[in-house]
Amino acid sequence: MNIKPHEYLTYRGRAGMWAWILHRLTGVGVFVFLLAHIVDTALIGWGPKVYNEAVALYRHPISRVGEAVLAGAVLFHALNGVRIIILDFWPQTMTAEKKLFAGVVGLFAVVYIPMAIYMLRFLVH
Amino acid sequence: MKVTLKIKRFNPEKDEKPWWAEYAVEAEPTDRLLDALNAVKWYQDGTLSYRRSCAHGICGSDAMLINGSNALACKALLKNLGDTITVEPMRGFRVVKDLMVDLEPFFDKYKQVKPYFITYSVTPEKERLQSPPERERFDDTTKCILCGACTTSCPSFWANPEYVGPAAIVNAHRFIFDSRDEGREERLEILNHRDGVWRCRTIFNCVEACPRGINVTRAIGEVKQALMYRKL
Repeated sequence: MNIKPHEYLTYRGRAGMWAWILHRLTGVGVFVFLLAHIVDTALIGWGPKVYNEAVALYRHPISRVGEAVLAGAVLFHALNGVRIIILDFWPQTMTAEKKLFAGVVGLFAVVYIPMAIYMLRFLVH
Repeated sequence: MKVTLKIKRFNPEKDEKPWWAEYAVEAEPTDRLLDALNAVKWYQDGTLSYRRSCAHGICGSDAMLINGSNALACKALLKNLGDTITVEPMRGFRVVKDLMVDLEPFFDKYKQVKPYFITYSVTPEKERLQSPPERERFDDTTKCILCGACTTSCPSFWANPEYVGPAAIVNAHRFIFDSRDEGREERLEILNHRDGVWRCRTIFNCVEACPRGINVTRAIGEVKQALMYRKL
């Protein structure tokens, strides 16, 4: 039967559902960036001038904030990917599924907060 | 206490689309949502439709979407649900009327996994013996009451109604890991197709929804693993 998009999000799931939604969003986000990245590297075929101009876009403040978001997306996707691998290969860990997600969130915070501060410090200068 | 029930109603013979009805009910905090639904049906609006049978959490008739997540109305205590309670039919199946959904496709999936003993060896003179650890192996999945709360909480199932779904896999697990059963291979084969166990994305909504406390995702994971290692 047809499930409307808002019905996916209005189901009151818990940690596992949030992990899944974030995994999907970050996955799609990273994929879209990769597509753009393929295009920008391919521009080298039009010579160094075109390439340099295109890549200069990445130095724009909006791009740099986007870069910090991208780093977060990659990091979350990687950490949660490890969580899924653990769950899939050792189903007995599924009883501790919420703790594993808490671990993902904790590790993400520990790694990402300093990283984001470092990447975004140009905003305050 | 006074509670307001916000119920998503739909009569396919009269309504074009579902609508929300509100009913105020006087009830005890220790009453169950089913008691409040009965109070509405018996004293306020007899046209309200929902399934119920045993009313004690074992027949599996009254699974519904309560305050946004699946549960049995007969196990949900009003004191845990707040003053305004939203009640909707389970998602993913055709609504027959109000809170009743068409469970035929659900039971078709259940039948697909051959939920009965299969034996090919010569029938022994006495019963087939089983040790306590062998019985323990599939204990969790014997508890299923086929209410449908797990399957209709599963985003993989919402996206693809062909997915065999958590409930059917739980019932396959119950036989796959039973030492007396000899149909393991055929059941694993059924669950190995593209709409079988591999559709599970370990979202755990089924575990949260199961009124019997079955670790559904773990059971699915164990079937996945049995498939992965069976030819090694």
